[in-house]
Amino acid sequence: MGLYRGYRGSQGQWAWMLHRLSGVGIMLFLMMHIVDTFLAGFGPQVYNHVMAIYKAPLFMVLEVVLVGGVVYHAVNGLRVIIIDFWPNALRWHKSLIVAEVIVFLVLFIPAAVIMLGRLFG
Amino acid sequence: MSYGEGSSRPASGFELWSWFFMRISGLLLIFLVLGHLYIMHILNSVEIIDYNFVARRWANIGWRTYDWVMLALALFHGANGIRVIIDDYAHRPGWRTFWMVLLYVVTFILLVLGTVVLVTFPFPA
Repeated sequence: MGLYRGYRGSQGQWAWMLHRLSGVGIMLFLMMHIVDTFLAGFGPQVYNHVMAIYKAPLFMVLEVVLVGGVVYHAVNGLRVIIIDFWPNALRWHKSLIVAEVIVFLVLFIPAAVIMLGRLFG
Repeated sequence: MSYGEGSSRPASGFELWSWFFMRISGLLLIFLVLGHLYIMHILNSVEIIDYNFVARRWANIGWRTYDWVMLALALFHGANGIRVIIDDYAHRPGWRTFWMVLLYVVTFILLVLGTVVLVTFPFPA
């Protein structure tokens, strides 16, 4: 598949692939977001027109995906930083992955419930 | 082994600085971006964000500063991540140069656009 072969299977590989995938997705959104924010400089009519796009139901669902991607990227990045500066933590690498999943769920589930609640409530 | 670390620390030079930058900016962005998401998507929502919302927020120079620091760190963190990905996958010299030039040009333009709006957006009279 031409993918990076630095890791051989299992959780590390998945964590690493999801980190890249979420990173690219966030970067694509960031590029769009900088342009839409720049348009605020053109006054209320232009900006409110652009923001109306984000208020469409499809975009409100994508917003939940975006928040999930950012939360994952943040929590996994923190785990990578911990391992980088404290290599002993690798002794508990499986526990770290479990902790990562728990922290991700604790942050993401309430956020998703609140955001989707607005859409369907 | 499959421990899921980031790339191992380069010995020296630009790659070492880039390695440190990714980790330090990443740590700061955890606070800046999760704070931003919490304010914009949980406390508020995309349904109520409009021109007046932005104008009220940017009446405070502290929020403009927050937004600019977040803009610069996120943009360079993301651009550096894309640079590493191009290095990993784009091996043919012509395409590699094409993607790198495109990345640098787009990153520069976006930094200018974001900075311009944060600096020139009118303060309330």
